Amino acid sequence: MKEFLDMGGYAAFVWPSYAITLAVIALNVYWARRRLTQARAAARRRIAMHEEGA
Amino acid sequence: MTWTWFHRLGSPPHVFALARRLTPWLGWPAALLILGGLWGGLVLAPPDYQQGDGFRIIYVHAPSAWLSLMVYTSMAIAAAVGLIWRIKVAHAVAASCAPIGASFTLAALVTGALWGQPMWGTFWQWDPRLTSELILFFLYLGYMGLRAGIEDTQRADRASGVLAVVGVVNVPIIHYSVTWWNSLHQAPSVMRLARPTLPGSMLAPLLMMLLGFTLLFGALVLVRLRAEILARERTSGWIREAVGA
Repeated sequence: MKEFLDMGGYAAFVWPSYAITLAVIALNVYWARRRLTQARAAARRRIAMHEEGA
Repeated sequence: MTWTWFHRLGSPPHVFALARRLTPWLGWPAALLILGGLWGGLVLAPPDYQQGDGFRIIYVHAPSAWLSLMVYTSMAIAAAVGLIWRIKVAHAVAASCAPIGASFTLAALVTGALWGQPMWGTFWQWDPRLTSELILFFLYLGYMGLRAGIEDTQRADRASGVLAVVGVVNVPIIHYSVTWWNSLHQAPSVMRLARPTLPGSMLAPLLMMLLGFTLLFGALVLVRLRAEILARERTSGWIREAVGA
Protein backbone atom coordinates (compact mmCIF):
# COMPACT_ATOMS: atom_id res chain seq x y z
CA MET A 1 0.00 0.00 0.00
CA LYS A 2 2.77 2.42 0.96
CA GLU A 3 4.51 1.58 -2.28
CA PHE A 4 1.32 2.27 -4.22
CA LEU A 5 0.85 5.65 -2.53
CA ASP A 6 4.49 6.55 -3.16
CA MET A 7 4.05 6.09 -6.95
CA GLY A 8 7.73 5.31 -7.41
CA GLY A 9 8.67 8.75 -6.09
CA TYR A 10 6.21 10.61 -8.34
CA ALA A 11 3.44 10.85 -5.70
CA ALA A 12 3.65 14.67 -5.58
CA PHE A 13 2.81 14.82 -9.30
CA VAL A 14 0.57 11.80 -9.91
CA TRP A 15 -1.91 12.28 -7.04
CA PRO A 16 -2.56 16.01 -7.55
CA SER A 17 -3.12 15.30 -11.29
CA TYR A 18 -5.76 12.71 -10.48
CA ALA A 19 -7.30 14.86 -7.73
CA ILE A 20 -7.63 17.89 -10.03
CA THR A 21 -9.11 15.89 -12.92
CA LEU A 22 -11.61 14.09 -10.69
CA ALA A 23 -12.53 17.42 -9.08
CA VAL A 24 -13.18 18.88 -12.55
CA ILE A 25 -15.43 15.90 -13.36
CA ALA A 26 -17.34 16.18 -10.06
CA LEU A 27 -17.75 19.96 -10.42
CA ASN A 28 -18.99 19.56 -14.00
CA VAL A 29 -21.66 17.11 -12.86
CA TYR A 30 -22.63 19.40 -9.98
CA TRP A 31 -22.69 22.59 -12.11
CA ALA A 32 -24.71 21.00 -14.93
CA ARG A 33 -27.33 19.62 -12.53
CA ARG A 34 -27.50 22.89 -10.59
CA ARG A 35 -28.07 24.82 -13.84
CA LEU A 36 -30.93 22.54 -14.77
CA THR A 37 -32.52 22.84 -11.31
CA GLN A 38 -32.23 26.63 -11.48
CA ALA A 39 -33.64 26.77 -15.02
CA ARG A 40 -36.60 24.61 -13.95
CA ALA A 41 -37.31 26.84 -10.94
CA ALA A 42 -37.06 29.96 -13.11
CA ALA A 43 -39.42 28.45 -15.70
CA ARG A 44 -41.95 27.59 -12.97
CA ARG A 45 -41.78 31.16 -11.63
CA ARG A 46 -42.29 32.59 -15.14
CA ILE A 47 -45.28 30.36 -15.77
CA ALA A 48 -46.82 31.30 -12.40
CA MET A 49 -46.33 35.02 -13.10
CA HIS A 50 -47.71 34.60 -16.60
CA GLU A 51 -50.85 32.96 -15.24
CA GLU A 52 -51.34 35.64 -12.59
CA GLY A 53 -51.01 38.30 -15.25
CA ALA A 54 -53.47 36.58 -17.60
CA MET B 1 -34.41 9.22 -47.22
CA THR B 2 -36.55 11.70 -45.37
CA TRP B 3 -35.26 14.71 -43.52
CA THR B 4 -37.85 14.70 -40.75
CA TRP B 5 -35.33 13.50 -38.17
CA PHE B 6 -33.13 16.48 -39.05
CA HIS B 7 -35.99 18.94 -38.72
CA ARG B 8 -37.01 17.40 -35.42
CA LEU B 9 -33.50 18.11 -34.16
CA GLY B 10 -34.37 21.78 -34.53
CA SER B 11 -37.51 21.48 -32.43
CA PRO B 12 -36.94 22.44 -28.76
CA PRO B 13 -39.60 20.18 -27.18
CA HIS B 14 -38.35 17.20 -29.18
CA VAL B 15 -34.70 17.86 -28.32
CA PHE B 16 -35.57 18.48 -24.67
CA ALA B 17 -37.32 15.09 -24.38
CA LEU B 18 -34.59 13.32 -26.35
CA ALA B 19 -31.87 14.84 -24.13
CA ARG B 20 -33.67 13.69 -21.00
CA ARG B 21 -34.00 10.13 -22.32
CA LEU B 22 -30.41 9.87 -23.58
CA THR B 23 -28.58 11.29 -20.54
CA PRO B 24 -28.50 8.12 -18.36
CA TRP B 25 -27.45 6.02 -21.37
CA LEU B 26 -24.34 8.18 -21.66
CA GLY B 27 -23.77 9.02 -18.00
CA TRP B 28 -23.72 5.54 -16.48
CA PRO B 29 -21.41 3.93 -19.06
CA ALA B 30 -19.17 6.99 -18.64
CA ALA B 31 -18.99 6.44 -14.87
CA LEU B 32 -18.19 2.73 -15.29
CA LEU B 33 -15.54 3.35 -17.96
CA ILE B 34 -13.84 6.06 -15.90
CA LEU B 35 -13.81 3.89 -12.76
CA GLY B 36 -12.44 0.96 -14.79
CA GLY B 37 -9.87 3.23 -16.43
CA LEU B 38 -8.75 4.55 -13.03
CA TRP B 39 -8.26 1.02 -11.73
CA GLY B 40 -6.46 -0.08 -14.88
CA GLY B 41 -4.31 3.04 -15.06
CA LEU B 42 -3.31 3.26 -11.41
CA VAL B 43 -3.13 -0.43 -10.48
CA LEU B 44 -3.03 -2.82 -13.43
CA ALA B 45 -0.81 -1.01 -15.95
CA PRO B 46 2.91 -1.67 -15.44
CA PRO B 47 5.26 1.27 -14.72
CA ASP B 48 6.86 2.81 -17.82
CA TYR B 49 10.46 1.77 -18.46
CA GLN B 50 11.58 5.40 -18.71
CA GLN B 51 9.10 7.38 -16.63
CA GLY B 52 8.30 4.81 -13.95
CA ASP B 53 4.96 5.49 -12.25
CA GLY B 54 5.08 9.13 -13.36
CA PHE B 55 3.66 8.16 -16.75
CA ARG B 56 0.32 7.33 -15.06
CA ILE B 57 -0.57 11.02 -15.37
CA ILE B 58 -1.34 10.16 -19.01
CA TYR B 59 -4.64 8.55 -17.91
CA VAL B 60 -6.02 11.89 -16.74
CA HIS B 61 -3.99 14.25 -18.93
CA ALA B 62 -4.66 12.75 -22.36
CA PRO B 63 -8.46 12.37 -21.94
CA SER B 64 -8.71 15.95 -20.61
CA ALA B 65 -6.66 17.22 -23.55
CA TRP B 66 -8.76 15.14 -25.96
CA LEU B 67 -11.96 16.67 -24.54
CA SER B 68 -10.51 20.18 -24.75
CA LEU B 69 -10.20 19.74 -28.55
CA MET B 70 -13.26 17.58 -29.15
CA VAL B 71 -15.57 19.86 -27.17
CA TYR B 72 -14.26 22.94 -29.00
CA THR B 73 -14.80 21.26 -32.37
CA SER B 74 -18.35 20.26 -31.35
CA MET B 75 -18.99 23.81 -30.17
CA ALA B 76 -17.74 25.28 -33.45
CA ILE B 77 -19.82 22.85 -35.55
CA ALA B 78 -22.95 23.58 -33.46
CA ALA B 79 -22.31 27.32 -33.76
CA ALA B 80 -21.81 27.02 -37.55
CA VAL B 81 -25.07 25.05 -37.90
CA GLY B 82 -26.80 27.71 -35.79
CA LEU B 83 -25.38 30.55 -37.88
CA ILE B 84 -26.01 28.97 -41.29
CA TRP B 85 -29.48 27.47 -40.78
CA ARG B 86 -30.56 29.82 -37.96
CA ILE B 87 -31.35 26.92 -35.65
CA LYS B 88 -31.72 28.13 -32.06
CA VAL B 89 -31.18 24.68 -30.56
CA ALA B 90 -27.78 24.50 -32.28
CA HIS B 91 -26.74 27.74 -30.58
CA ALA B 92 -28.00 26.30 -27.30
CA VAL B 93 -25.73 23.27 -27.86
CA ALA B 94 -22.75 25.52 -28.53
CA ALA B 95 -23.42 27.57 -25.40
CA SER B 96 -23.68 24.34 -23.37
CA CYS B 97 -20.29 23.11 -24.60
CA ALA B 98 -18.21 26.10 -23.50
CA PRO B 99 -17.97 25.71 -19.70
CA ILE B 100 -17.35 21.98 -20.03
CA GLY B 101 -14.59 22.53 -22.58
CA ALA B 102 -13.00 25.33 -20.58
CA SER B 103 -12.81 23.25 -17.40
CA PHE B 104 -11.22 20.25 -19.14
CA THR B 105 -8.76 22.53 -20.95
CA LEU B 106 -7.71 23.83 -17.54
CA ALA B 107 -7.40 20.23 -16.29
CA ALA B 108 -5.23 19.38 -19.32
CA LEU B 109 -2.98 22.41 -18.69
CA VAL B 110 -2.58 21.74 -14.95
CA THR B 111 -2.00 17.98 -15.27
CA GLY B 112 0.41 18.75 -18.14
CA ALA B 113 2.37 21.09 -15.87
CA LEU B 114 2.43 18.41 -13.15
CA TRP B 115 3.76 15.93 -15.69
CA GLY B 116 6.23 18.39 -17.21
CA GLN B 117 7.95 19.25 -13.94
CA PRO B 118 9.41 15.78 -13.19
CA MET B 119 9.97 14.80 -16.86
CA TRP B 120 11.17 18.04 -18.49
CA GLY B 121 12.25 19.85 -15.34
CA THR B 122 9.73 22.67 -15.81
CA PHE B 123 6.04 23.29 -15.12
CA TRP B 124 5.70 25.57 -18.12
CA GLN B 125 7.50 26.38 -21.33
CA TRP B 126 6.38 28.70 -24.14
CA ASP B 127 6.34 25.71 -26.41
CA PRO B 128 4.02 25.46 -29.48
CA ARG B 129 1.78 22.73 -27.99
CA LEU B 130 1.49 24.34 -24.58
CA THR B 131 0.99 27.84 -25.93
CA SER B 132 -1.69 26.82 -28.44
CA GLU B 133 -3.53 24.88 -25.70
CA LEU B 134 -3.41 27.97 -23.48
CA ILE B 135 -4.87 30.00 -26.38
CA LEU B 136 -7.67 27.41 -26.55
CA PHE B 137 -8.44 28.07 -22.89
CA PHE B 138 -8.64 31.81 -23.60
CA LEU B 139 -10.90 31.15 -26.61
CA TYR B 140 -13.33 29.33 -24.34
CA LEU B 141 -13.16 32.17 -21.78
CA GLY B 142 -13.64 34.73 -24.55
CA TYR B 143 -16.65 32.85 -25.88
CA MET B 144 -18.26 32.70 -22.43
CA GLY B 145 -17.36 36.31 -21.64
CA LEU B 146 -18.86 37.49 -24.93
CA ARG B 147 -22.11 35.63 -24.25
CA ALA B 148 -22.26 36.95 -20.69
CA GLY B 149 -21.73 40.50 -21.95
CA ILE B 150 -24.63 40.53 -24.44
CA GLU B 151 -28.10 40.71 -22.95
CA ASP B 152 -30.08 39.73 -26.04
CA THR B 153 -29.81 35.95 -26.56
CA GLN B 154 -30.00 36.06 -30.36
CA ARG B 155 -27.27 38.67 -30.64
CA ALA B 156 -25.17 36.74 -28.12
CA ASP B 157 -25.65 33.58 -30.20
CA ARG B 158 -24.50 35.28 -33.38
CA ALA B 159 -21.51 37.12 -31.94
CA SER B 160 -20.21 34.20 -29.86
CA GLY B 161 -20.97 31.79 -32.73
CA VAL B 162 -18.68 33.74 -35.07
CA LEU B 163 -15.92 33.66 -32.43
CA ALA B 164 -16.35 29.89 -31.97
CA VAL B 165 -16.16 29.24 -35.72
CA VAL B 166 -13.14 31.50 -36.30
CA GLY B 167 -11.32 30.05 -33.29
CA VAL B 168 -11.57 26.50 -34.64
CA VAL B 169 -8.41 27.11 -36.73
CA ASN B 170 -6.55 26.68 -33.45
CA VAL B 171 -7.67 23.03 -33.13
CA PRO B 172 -5.52 21.54 -35.95
CA ILE B 173 -2.69 23.85 -34.86
CA ILE B 174 -2.77 22.27 -31.39
CA HIS B 175 -3.05 18.74 -32.76
CA TYR B 176 -0.21 19.05 -35.27
CA SER B 177 1.97 21.41 -33.20
CA VAL B 178 4.13 18.52 -32.03
CA THR B 179 4.74 17.38 -35.62
CA TRP B 180 5.13 20.78 -37.29
CA TRP B 181 7.45 22.34 -34.77
CA ASN B 182 10.19 21.06 -32.58
CA SER B 183 8.29 20.66 -29.32
CA LEU B 184 9.12 19.48 -25.83
CA HIS B 185 5.83 17.65 -25.91
CA GLN B 186 5.89 14.05 -27.04
CA ALA B 187 4.28 13.02 -30.34
CA PRO B 188 0.83 11.40 -30.26
CA SER B 189 0.84 7.75 -29.15
CA VAL B 190 -2.85 6.93 -29.66
CA MET B 191 -4.38 9.60 -31.93
CA ARG B 192 -2.31 8.69 -34.96
CA LEU B 193 -2.92 7.02 -38.29
CA ALA B 194 -0.51 4.15 -37.75
CA ARG B 195 -1.05 1.71 -34.87
CA PRO B 196 -0.81 3.13 -31.34
CA THR B 197 2.65 2.84 -29.81
CA LEU B 198 1.53 1.79 -26.33
CA PRO B 199 1.43 -1.88 -25.27
CA GLY B 200 -2.02 -3.34 -24.56
CA SER B 201 -1.96 -3.26 -20.76
CA MET B 202 -1.13 0.47 -20.88
CA LEU B 203 -3.40 1.21 -23.84
CA ALA B 204 -6.63 -0.42 -22.60
CA PRO B 205 -7.13 1.87 -19.56
CA LEU B 206 -6.32 4.88 -21.74
CA LEU B 207 -8.94 3.92 -24.31
CA MET B 208 -11.46 3.38 -21.49
CA MET B 209 -10.72 6.83 -20.13
CA LEU B 210 -10.93 8.45 -23.58
CA LEU B 211 -14.31 6.83 -24.27
CA GLY B 212 -15.50 7.47 -20.70
CA PHE B 213 -14.63 11.18 -20.88
CA THR B 214 -16.31 11.45 -24.29
CA LEU B 215 -19.55 9.89 -23.00
CA LEU B 216 -19.35 12.04 -19.88
CA PHE B 217 -19.18 15.12 -22.11
CA GLY B 218 -22.26 13.84 -23.94
CA ALA B 219 -24.21 13.46 -20.69
CA LEU B 220 -23.08 16.85 -19.35
CA VAL B 221 -23.91 18.71 -22.55
CA LEU B 222 -27.40 17.15 -22.64
CA VAL B 223 -28.15 18.24 -19.07
CA ARG B 224 -26.88 21.76 -19.80
CA LEU B 225 -28.79 21.82 -23.07
CA ARG B 226 -32.06 21.17 -21.26
CA ALA B 227 -31.33 24.08 -18.92
CA GLU B 228 -30.42 26.26 -21.90
CA ILE B 229 -33.63 25.35 -23.78
CA LEU B 230 -35.78 26.05 -20.71
CA ALA B 231 -34.17 29.47 -20.31
CA ARG B 232 -34.78 30.33 -23.98
CA GLU B 233 -38.31 29.09 -24.40
CA ARG B 234 -39.82 31.48 -21.86
CA THR B 235 -43.49 30.50 -21.56
CA SER B 236 -44.16 28.09 -24.42
CA GLY B 237 -46.97 25.68 -23.59
CA TRP B 238 -44.86 22.51 -23.56
CA ILE B 239 -42.56 23.98 -20.89
CA ARG B 240 -45.38 23.75 -18.35
CA GLU B 241 -45.43 20.00 -18.74
CA ALA B 242 -41.63 19.71 -18.85
CA VAL B 243 -41.16 21.40 -15.47
CA GLY B 244 -44.31 20.00 -13.90
CA ALA B 245 -45.87 23.42 -13.18
